[in-house]
Amino acid sequence: MANPMKIRARMIGDIVEVKVLMSHPMETGLRKNEAGEAIPAHFIQTVLATHAERTVLAAQWGQAVSANPFLSFMFKGGQKGDVIRISWTDNKGDSRSDETTIA
Amino acid sequence: MEQGRRRFLRSSGGLIGALVAAGFIGIDEVRAEAWNAAAFESKDLDQLIRNLGGSGAKATDAIEIVAPDIAENGAVVPIGVASKVEATEAIAIVVERNPNPLAALFTIPPGTLPALQTRVKMAETCNVVVLIKAAGEFQYAAKEIKVTIGGCGG
Amino acid sequence: MSPYTLARLRRWSAWLILLLSSVTAGENAAEEGGNPTAAPIGQRATDESSQKAVDEIAKYRQMLEEGNPAELTELQGEALWRTASGPQGASLEQCDLGLGPGNLDGAYARLPRYFADTDRVEDAESRLVTCMMQLQGYSREEATRDWYKPNSKIEALTTFVAARSKGHAIEVPATHPREAQMVRIGEEIFWRRSGPLDFACATCHSLDGRRIRLQDLPNFLTAEGAKSSMVTWPAYRVSQSAVWTMERRLIDCVRQMRWPEPDYLSEFLIALQIYLQNKADGAVMQGPGIKR
Repeated sequence: MANPMKIRARMIGDIVEVKVLMSHPMETGLRKNEAGEAIPAHFIQTVLATHAERTVLAAQWGQAVSANPFLSFMFKGGQKGDVIRISWTDNKGDSRSDETTIA
Repeated sequence: MEQGRRRFLRSSGGLIGALVAAGFIGIDEVRAEAWNAAAFESKDLDQLIRNLGGSGAKATDAIEIVAPDIAENGAVVPIGVASKVEATEAIAIVVERNPNPLAALFTIPPGTLPALQTRVKMAETCNVVVLIKAAGEFQYAAKEIKVTIGGCGG
Repeated sequence: MSPYTLARLRRWSAWLILLLSSVTAGENAAEEGGNPTAAPIGQRATDESSQKAVDEIAKYRQMLEEGNPAELTELQGEALWRTASGPQGASLEQCDLGLGPGNLDGAYARLPRYFADTDRVEDAESRLVTCMMQLQGYSREEATRDWYKPNSKIEALTTFVAARSKGHAIEVPATHPREAQMVRIGEEIFWRRSGPLDFACATCHSLDGRRIRLQDLPNFLTAEGAKSSMVTWPAYRVSQSAVWTMERRLIDCVRQMRWPEPDYLSEFLIALQIYLQNKADGAVMQGPGIKR
């Protein structure tokens, strides 16, 4: 399984602010290695953030999202102690899912 | 089994996308979005809008783009987006001069603020276009970001 | 000096000046006619458009500060620190970084320093390798293999150790005679002109307000210059998608001067580090940084 991500979620008034740091090379497929061979594209394609069985953010990403992606978003309807879950899948079929509780 | 389903989801991405856009499937029912290959392979903004199911986009100043004017390195350019357009349901970050301009596409379910931050790669100085979809219509704003070649490490 | 050598020097200087003076206005070193003893190179950041550029770069850097991938590297480093490994099947939890076995808080901020057990002045990286050899039974070759490649063990461990000095003041008084000697060697290196470009560290880093293109050049002769720089390393380099340790950074500086690259963990690198850390004494470590 891929490296864990770091998720921080906190209340700002009645809004939940979520910040995620994911570990992923996000290879574009355009870079070449020392031998001159193209490094195959390897990047996160879909991201899903859920809270209480509900999707709070869905994303589709391309190779142009930076390596070790950072994502920050906000939603209403959560409260301190609730669980936020973030999942991603990449173009090689690898995936990762982590969760945190809202502080 | 899993592979087959993933392949099916990938190839039917366009169909699901269209059904969502047409309101036939609610956001909550779509557990994981299929990857819109056509959108990510679009070579320019017009083609991209068509691949997202639109026919054109209106310029607006109701989309705020928070980003530096100069990026010290094109590998990581921080982009903040905040849409003041009512009922914003989708946000796309597009880097005009990238080989494939669409960098990221976000679906904003009800209850989620149409505001987010992420980081994208920029091949060269160009406009970063933020495209939003609200009430079935596409609108956009753009900001030019200069990408520099650094002098040395720092 | 023969006319041939002088002509070669002039050609190199002219090329160098062209390379470095890509921003308009300010002092034009080309007017010196390629004189090898010309004033230090670098563009002065004084005019208005340059100031705006500097401000926007500051905004770029500030936006990157939160969500630093070095935080993930730090977690990996912690796992490596705590996991039993190597022929002796031990973790690194008993590693002595100068404050006693296993004491991490503030240890990085006090390095480089003299260690009696190895009779050497060591920096964080050489000390980690010492521990990998002594506690875990790795050979030096095994411990340092591919250290410079992204996501290496050394990268992760150094990031973890450095992060545990966040908020601690740099304390490198170099009072031990061996430490003082290394500081003098570091200073000697700092001023030594060498290589095909006849560069020394001082060529770029001995005046205030200088930059190369958009990179500010800290003046390492001043405590202020040394402090502002040293508290931000190791740092995640976005251009490399990896955390660069101090030795990695210094090796690259040396490479940019077109000097031969020093060996990893060599006295050369430790001397330069202790010279700089000693200058930065008292500054508070900010934890692993994020840079271009």
